[in-house]
Amino acid sequence: MATIVVDGVEFEVDEGQNLLHACLSQGLELPYFCWHPSLGSVGACRQCAVIQYADADDTRGRLTMACMTPAKDGTRISIQTETAKQFRASVIEWLMENHPHDCPVCEEGGECHLQDMTVMTGHIQRRYRGRKRTFENQYLGPFLNHEMNRCITCYRCVRFYNDYAGGTDLQAFGSRDRMYFGRTTDGVLENEFSGNLIEVCPTGVFTDKPFSESYTRKWDLSSAPSICAGCAVGCNTFVSERYGRLQRVHNRYHGELNGYFLCDRGRFGAGFVNSTDRIEHVGERVEDDLFDVLDGEVGIAKLAEMIRQGDVVGIGSPRASLETNVALKTLVGEAQFCTGMSSAEESLVDLIIQTQRATSADIPSLSDVESADAVLILGEDVLNTAPRVALALRQTVRNRALNLAGEAGIPQWQDAGVSSHAQGRLNPLFIASVLPSGIDDIAADLAHDVPLNLADCGFAIAACIGEASGSEPGFVRKAAAALRSAQNPLIVSGTSTRTRAIVEAAGAVVAALESAGKVPRLLLVAPEANSFGSGLIGGGLDMNAALQRVASGSTKTLIVAENDIFRRAERERVEQALCTVENLVVLDSLDTPTASLASLVFPAATFAESTGTFVNYETRAQRFYSVFEPRNAIAPSWRWLAQAATDAGRDDLGWRHVDDVLEAVAASPNMAGVRAVAPDAGYLGSSLCKTPRETPRFSGRTAMNANVNIHEPKTSVDEETPLSFSMEGLNRDQPSALLPFVWAPGWNSNQSVFKFQQEIGGAAAGGDPGVRLLASGSIGTMPARSASVRSDGGGVDTGFRLIPVQAIFGSDELSSRSPPVVERSSAAFMIFSPMDAERLGAAQGMGVSCSVLGATFAVTVDAAMKSGYVGVSVGFTGAEGELPDGLIALAVDPNYRPTPNPNDRVIARG
Amino acid sequence: MITLSTKPLTERVEAVGGLVDMAAYENAGGYEAARQAITKSEPEAVQGLVKDADLRGRGGAGFPTGVKWGFVPKGDAAGPGHKYLVCNADEMEPGTFKDRYLMEMDPHLLIEGMLIAAFAIGADKAYIFLRGEYHESFKRLSSALADATEKGYVGRNVFGSDFSVDLVIHRSGGRYICGEETALLNALEGKRGQPRTKPPFPPASGAWGRPTIVNNVETLCNVPGILRNGVDWFRDLGIGNDSGTKLYGVSGRVNRPGLWELPIGTTIREIIEEHAGGMQEGYKLRGILPGGASTDFLTVEHLDLPMDYGSIQAAGSRMGTGTMILMDDSVCPVAISINLQHFFAQESCGFCTPCREGLPWLEQLLIDIEEGRGQPGDLELLDGNAAFIGAPGNTFCLHATGAMEPLLSALRYFREDFEAHIESGGCPYRERGH
Repeated sequence: MATIVVDGVEFEVDEGQNLLHACLSQGLELPYFCWHPSLGSVGACRQCAVIQYADADDTRGRLTMACMTPAKDGTRISIQTETAKQFRASVIEWLMENHPHDCPVCEEGGECHLQDMTVMTGHIQRRYRGRKRTFENQYLGPFLNHEMNRCITCYRCVRFYNDYAGGTDLQAFGSRDRMYFGRTTDGVLENEFSGNLIEVCPTGVFTDKPFSESYTRKWDLSSAPSICAGCAVGCNTFVSERYGRLQRVHNRYHGELNGYFLCDRGRFGAGFVNSTDRIEHVGERVEDDLFDVLDGEVGIAKLAEMIRQGDVVGIGSPRASLETNVALKTLVGEAQFCTGMSSAEESLVDLIIQTQRATSADIPSLSDVESADAVLILGEDVLNTAPRVALALRQTVRNRALNLAGEAGIPQWQDAGVSSHAQGRLNPLFIASVLPSGIDDIAADLAHDVPLNLADCGFAIAACIGEASGSEPGFVRKAAAALRSAQNPLIVSGTSTRTRAIVEAAGAVVAALESAGKVPRLLLVAPEANSFGSGLIGGGLDMNAALQRVASGSTKTLIVAENDIFRRAERERVEQALCTVENLVVLDSLDTPTASLASLVFPAATFAESTGTFVNYETRAQRFYSVFEPRNAIAPSWRWLAQAATDAGRDDLGWRHVDDVLEAVAASPNMAGVRAVAPDAGYLGSSLCKTPRETPRFSGRTAMNANVNIHEPKTSVDEETPLSFSMEGLNRDQPSALLPFVWAPGWNSNQSVFKFQQEIGGAAAGGDPGVRLLASGSIGTMPARSASVRSDGGGVDTGFRLIPVQAIFGSDELSSRSPPVVERSSAAFMIFSPMDAERLGAAQGMGVSCSVLGATFAVTVDAAMKSGYVGVSVGFTGAEGELPDGLIALAVDPNYRPTPNPNDRVIARG
Repeated sequence: MITLSTKPLTERVEAVGGLVDMAAYENAGGYEAARQAITKSEPEAVQGLVKDADLRGRGGAGFPTGVKWGFVPKGDAAGPGHKYLVCNADEMEPGTFKDRYLMEMDPHLLIEGMLIAAFAIGADKAYIFLRGEYHESFKRLSSALADATEKGYVGRNVFGSDFSVDLVIHRSGGRYICGEETALLNALEGKRGQPRTKPPFPPASGAWGRPTIVNNVETLCNVPGILRNGVDWFRDLGIGNDSGTKLYGVSGRVNRPGLWELPIGTTIREIIEEHAGGMQEGYKLRGILPGGASTDFLTVEHLDLPMDYGSIQAAGSRMGTGTMILMDDSVCPVAISINLQHFFAQESCGFCTPCREGLPWLEQLLIDIEEGRGQPGDLELLDGNAAFIGAPGNTFCLHATGAMEPLLSALRYFREDFEAHIESGGCPYRERGH
């Protein structure tokens, strides 16, 4: 610690930090633009100027930039001295020369850091008499608007996009007062984390395009803390609503997990909540594709009757909450419950859980990931399956620069100095994968092969770690050496290739590192938001067994909660089962192939309209709170099930509120921790005092429904959660899991997040949310290497062996139904080796049909693909079926027409 | 008794009467200093000589060269990899043409100086970062480099010793800021030409993150003479506190604009009146930019100052490159300020706010004043902004500081001209027909 004196007052601050960081951490108000806690200091904007004094006798001092000055013990500065204040106002005046006066029509208005800093410095009068410079804006794709005239040239966008997120298609162009930040030409910003520019940009250059379609000021949004449903990382989000419509998703700071950044699937994938495909009423099928709307009570009575009749099988879902899954499991009983994962997926998730428990290696949080100094990725394409992990890995390798800087005496926050000294030297990252991935640019070495060979590669690395020197090929030996010589080695793998041996190999590498006296960490990825929750809950039937049982005719009723079974097993199997069963009851939010076959459909609430718990890859249980009340008959699945069960005379599902369900969840094995995840509805002890979802400046509540009814509707009381659907209440000092938005006096933008942290970049003020359900540490035995059936690839004559390939935009079920993500997705695709493509007569731009999958795929040719194998995009709408084993016949589809390039759709520039 | 040279930089050019080629250079004893140093001496000894000679950087900042060389880590402390010597030949300071003269007329002098410097700091890679527009310099340097390489003076095992150094001529894409040593390094690496944060300082971590010394052309050209003729000789060359000779230049309405090698410390008056032949008839001297566009104005009252680092600094300006621009009484101080500020605003790299946004504003204010749109309060606006923009440390690098030096001094020395513009609503010089 160091003692610094600011305007005569002593503060104890972190000695390793710069003065801006130190001052903000102490709650002092000091304006800034270019500094960002995750991006460090570069000294571009000159906004955080203070007067620094040489010693106690120095009364004049000299102007210095707080962000570029270390907070050394004994440092004496003044923020309030007139010269410093005038200089800071001058900086705003200079920035305002060219900044347009379009705040009233700017989407950043009301949450603009530039507005806040302008007010803070007191610059109020324009003295510049010249013309403002103007730019042409660019079309940047479906996620972002571009309005370059507003740019204040803080360089944050390119520093985030290029240096932090590894993007290459956003650059700083030009010089002097004509700096331009954009692409070389109009076109989609390619990086998977582009949406963060919305939050990184201190003003309105990059704004949220889907949000602008139904734009609302920040102060008019109702928001609630939520958990991203896009993958198993469980990034914390703020989800916001107005007029019964989900408006946007923003990052909710989590010190151990997502920090300040989300991926684009998470930010733009929630649009399915507003979909016109939403199921909004209870429906009873009268004929194909035709449902009668039933009153909720009638629907419940019909379901209750089915339950009374018995012979019920329940299929849950890894995209549904713990609450819904436990409700269904309780209703049908363990032996009749299936988690809803495919059989292959479930066995892999079980294997992961078994492995994580058996090893003493910790499951790393993302901040742990960033502290690793050598990484092996085995078979998992994290950029597409758990994108935020890939962003963390970029920091892992970049942290080598911090070590080098430390040795050279360069402060760690001095971003430009750190990177100019490091010159691109990185911590070692080794990637063994089926195909090239989007983070290959940071890898020390790469190996591309088919999944079973990747597993062999992993086992070879494990063996090599134990030996002093091996005769293994280069990749294996280099990876083993790097892991062995690391302080914090990290192994990353997962389920995406559906290959047990790969996960076993990852476990073997970790075991080998432990034997070598290392303290490794093991991160295993599963695909969905609650895959780990489903795995921990478990069920008596796996998917194939459940479908077989249903197809055998012994089941009267099949209840499917929030799941499209066609994604979980081969088409034939699913059709057989769903057509055999007498009653198919589907609870879901969106119309799916499964729902359209149902005899009875219940409208399920999405994550945005209900409160529940997801378990992420760390087995961290996290709470999402309803943001708004669902329209029409929509209700949480667990509620439909509980009401029907109670109607049927059951006494063990008499739950009124989500907190009651949570008690049942907590009673399940491994689940005791869920009670502590977040406050329950009684948090503030009164239904009259809650945490408001609406902001203190919320406007229009007397008028917003006046076109329907001139009377202001009564504010509904939220009995489910500690949050209220109003502006009133207490929004302070709560646990972070209950923070509905960030906003602080003078800090209207998301930069106010530092007011909600214990220290800048540290833990959230109320503690980082979530409770880990599993402690790792030698419980059970490490899974042994299973005997893999060796099989060769195929060919044009025999058929091909299919390898699943994941895509950030397209593979995930729910986000694939969000309009901007749909626009960003490619068509379902297959990846051929050049030789196979030639033999098949296929080429880029052509289509190949697969009768087993009942779909046509766009052809991609990749030299890294092994001949005889074909990479197949999984989960794409229309081609979502589980990939079959064996050799599969493929043929060129002469009728295929490629989907047009989205760039060609530009009809008007910004 | 050997007469030691008093013009170590230009004597060969004068003797030959033009380009000094390899034969002429070697005839005059060229490459002997490098040969002796590299084959018979030690890097520390060479560094010591240059330090003792008190050779100060001739690019403008005047930092002692030997001291700078001493910052390069030695042995294991340097870590594995290259060390670099970079010659800053990006001569873009307005009014300055001294390095061009040396490179076009005596390219081997620079190459020899670089050989010695590279040996002294242990560099195995050397670059000449050459102003893009210097086509003739490029041709002549390239040809000289080819000759030197062919003779084994550059490349592997220089002069048959263990010492090897590659020399590459890199032609700049052309930005004034690339003359700033860290922006130069960024440009050399193929990055945006904008200055770097310090620390790290280039001697510890420069080009490609490795120890790097950046020296000006004229500085390096002084090194062979020091080795050949000794420290005392070099120190005695200077008149005042500084050592050696200096290439001084004069442009403006003088009778003989040009460039002369003179003892450092020669007075401004002697340079202007004796060497440049005094002012042209009908013109009176009003202002002197002593060392390029980015130095404060001096006036006729400073004529008897010696042109050395300390004296000019004491008078509130900088010797800079030592090539002065003279403003006579027919030139409007506002107009010359516009000219200068236009240059600096245009050459701002665009990185930090005061420079990027402040300089164009000041240029616009000056244009308003010159064109009769000046308003009461404009001078105070100029004063305030120029003080904030110009104070070292307020901007990321010294570009804007340099830009404000001629403006702040013009506002000080020629204030009545600025005021007259605003009061009369136009430029009195134009009205007088200048």
